[in-house]
Amino acid sequence: MTAYLITGASIVGGEVADLLIDNGEIVATGTGLDAPADVTTIDAAGLIALPGLVDLHTHLREPGREDAETVFTGTRAAAQGGFTAVFAMANTDPVADTAGVVEQVWRLGRDAGYADVYPIGAVTVGRKGTQLAELGAMADSAARVRVFSDDGDCVWDAALMRRALEYVKAFEGVIAQHAQEPRLTQGAQMNEGALSGVLGLTGWPSVAEEAIIARDILLNAHVGSKLHICHLSTKGSVEIVRAAKRRGLEVTAEVTPHHLLLTEDLAASYNPVYKVNPPLRTKEDVEAVREGLADGTIDIVATDHAPHPVEDKDCEWSAAAFGMTGLETALSVVQHAMIDTKLLTWADVADRMSYAPAAIGQAADHGRPLEAGAPANIVLYDPRVERTVVPEESVSLSRNTPFEGMTLPGKVVATFLRGTPTVLDGELTR
Amino acid sequence: MKHLLSAGDLSRDEAQLILDTAEEMRSLADRPIKKLPALRGRTVVNLFFEDSTRTRISFEAAAKRLSADVINFSAKGSSLSKGESLKDTALTLQAMGADGVVCRHGSSGAPHLLATSGWMTGSVVNAGDGTHEHPTQALLDAFTMRRHLGALDGRRITIVGDVLHSRVARSNVLLLSTLGADVTVVAPPTLLPVDMSTWPCVTSYDFDSVLPKSDAVMMLRVQRERMNDAFFPSAREYTRRYGLDRNRMAQLPDEAIVLHPGPMNRGMEISAEVADSTRSVIVEQVTNGVAIRMAVLYLLLSGTNETEEPTA
Repeated sequence: MTAYLITGASIVGGEVADLLIDNGEIVATGTGLDAPADVTTIDAAGLIALPGLVDLHTHLREPGREDAETVFTGTRAAAQGGFTAVFAMANTDPVADTAGVVEQVWRLGRDAGYADVYPIGAVTVGRKGTQLAELGAMADSAARVRVFSDDGDCVWDAALMRRALEYVKAFEGVIAQHAQEPRLTQGAQMNEGALSGVLGLTGWPSVAEEAIIARDILLNAHVGSKLHICHLSTKGSVEIVRAAKRRGLEVTAEVTPHHLLLTEDLAASYNPVYKVNPPLRTKEDVEAVREGLADGTIDIVATDHAPHPVEDKDCEWSAAAFGMTGLETALSVVQHAMIDTKLLTWADVADRMSYAPAAIGQAADHGRPLEAGAPANIVLYDPRVERTVVPEESVSLSRNTPFEGMTLPGKVVATFLRGTPTVLDGELTR
Repeated sequence: MKHLLSAGDLSRDEAQLILDTAEEMRSLADRPIKKLPALRGRTVVNLFFEDSTRTRISFEAAAKRLSADVINFSAKGSSLSKGESLKDTALTLQAMGADGVVCRHGSSGAPHLLATSGWMTGSVVNAGDGTHEHPTQALLDAFTMRRHLGALDGRRITIVGDVLHSRVARSNVLLLSTLGADVTVVAPPTLLPVDMSTWPCVTSYDFDSVLPKSDAVMMLRVQRERMNDAFFPSAREYTRRYGLDRNRMAQLPDEAIVLHPGPMNRGMEISAEVADSTRSVIVEQVTNGVAIRMAVLYLLLSGTNETEEPTA
C-alpha cells in the first residue's frame, strides 16, 4: 500500500500541519515527519483537511432503478464530493426491508470501493406503513444495519412509530423519520403559501412536517429510544426541535444543502428540477435552518441525493419525480451558505458533516478526528476557487442538480478512503 | 406578444387591444360570410390533454373563421399515464410546423413549459392548465361584462365558488384588476388558497353582504365530490350559503349581470331560474368566446414570420 505525506494542509481549518498516511491509517501528524523513502508527497498548501464526509441520507437507487443511479456510480459521486461513507436509503425496488437486500447493497458498496456503504433498513414491510419489517434480522446481518427509515413515506401510524422506536432499543437502532403527515399533503407539489396559490400547485404546508416532528419527539420521550428527523425544512420545525433539546429530550435532525440555499420562488419557472420533497421553502425558513444548523439544533447536513433519469424531470411539473442530486455540490453549498456567511467554522463543518453523522449512524471507522491512529478517511478541499455547476460534468448517472449554472465556492481536491485515494487532483482515481 | 400563458402577463393596453379586436371579430358574426383570410396557410393545433369539448370547439371555430388550418390533437392522459411525453408531443408538433398551439392540460404550468422549454417555436395559448389559469376565459368574461357595463374601471365584480381549484378565478382576478375593476372573491374559507395576500382582490365569506354591491356576479363550477374531501359538509349546505338563487338575485342592483364559465351544476352553485333569467349572460359568453379566441389567435399569429429553430 502506498504511503502518502500530505504537506501543509490546514487541519479542519486550523493549524497547518502534515499528515502521514500508511497502511490505511493516519500514522502521524505535525511537521518534519519521518516519512518512508518511497512516500508519495501531496502538496496541500492552502487546502483544508477535513475528516472524510459522512452522508446519512443518500439514494443509490440500486436495486431497481439502475437507470437513475447504481451503488457504483453513486459512491463515485460521493467520493467526488468528499464523502467516505454514505447511508443508502431503503426505498429501492425491492425495498431494503430484509437482510438479503441490505447485504446485497452493502456488498455492492464494498466491491465498488469508493465509499463505505451503510444500508438503511425499511421500518415497515415494503415501506407500506402497516407491519414492522424484520429490523432485527437486518441489524444482525453482515450489513449491521442501525438506521431504519421508510424515507419517501412517513411512518404516519403513531402506534407503529411507537413500536418501531421501542423495538430498535434492543440493538441501539435509530429511526429516521420522513416527517410528512400524509393527509395534509395529498397531491402536494410545492410549499403552501402565497406562491402556491398563484401558481395553482397543490400546497405542502409546513404544519404537515411540524406536526409529525412534535408527535415523534413526544413518542420518543415516552419510550426512550433514538429518533432522527430527516430533511427538516421549516422554521417551525427548527423551533420545535430547539425547544425539545432545551428540555433535554433526545432527538437528532438533518438539513439538506438545498434547503440551506434555495427558496420556493424557483417553482415559478415550473421547471421540475426544483421539485423536491419536502419542498423548497421560504427565505425565512432558509434563515431558520441555517441558524438551527449553526446553534446545533440541527445536528448534521445530509444530502438527500435523489438522482432521477432525464425523462422524469424533462416533463410537466405534476408528472415529474421529487428529488435533487447533491453529493458533488454539498460541501460547496455548505461553504457558501454557512462558512462564507460566518455562521460556521470549518471545525463546525467537520462536526456537522462527519463526526455527528458518523455518530448517529454508528459508523465507527468514520467521523474520527485527524489524529494518529485514526483510519485515513480524509478530504482535501480548496475553499479559494470557484466553479460553475454544469450537470453534464457530474459523475452521477443523473443530471438533476438544482444548482445548474450557479457559481459556488470550493472544490474537493482529494479524498482518501482508509488511506487509498479515491479522488486526486480533483478527479476520480479510477 | 408571443404567447398567452397567464392573464397576469397582459398589460392594460394589450388587454384592451384584445378586447377591441374581439369587438371587430364579433361584428363578423352578423355578416353572411363569417370568414376572414387573416391566418390562411397558418396551422393551429388544438392540443387537449383534458376533455373539454366546449373550449376546443370554440378555439376550432375561431381558427377556422380566420382561415387557419386546424389540427385537433386529443392526447388525453397520454403524458401522465406513461404514454408519449409532453416533450415528444411538442417535438412532433414542431416537426409538423405548428404555428400556434392551443394547450389544455391537467398539470399547472404545462403550457408554460411548452413555451419556454425550447422544444417548439410556435406560439402557445393556454387553454386552461390544472388549477392555474385560463386566460381566454377571463378575456371573454371581461369582454361580455364590458358589452353590458361599459368600461370596467371601478366596476364591482364578485366571483363566487371554488377559487382554490379554479383556473377561471385566477385569470379573472388578474385580468379584471388590470382593467381597473374592484374584484371580490367569495367562498367558504376551505375553498380559498390559504394565503391570498398577493392577490389584487378582496375576499369575503359572506355572499349576502356582497350582493348589493355587485355589478356582475360570476358563479364558478363547484364539483360535488369536493365534499368528500371535507371542503364543505354537503352540496345542500353549499347551495344554501353560496348558491345563487332567485332570492339572492333579487338583492343585486338592477343592472347587474350573472356569468358562469360553464358547464353549470344547475341546482348546486346556480339555480335553473337564475341561469335562464334575463340577467344571465351565460349563453352570450359562449358566443363571445369565439370572438375573443379569434382576436387572440389573430394577434399572436398574423404577421409573424418565424424563422427561429427549436433549441432542444
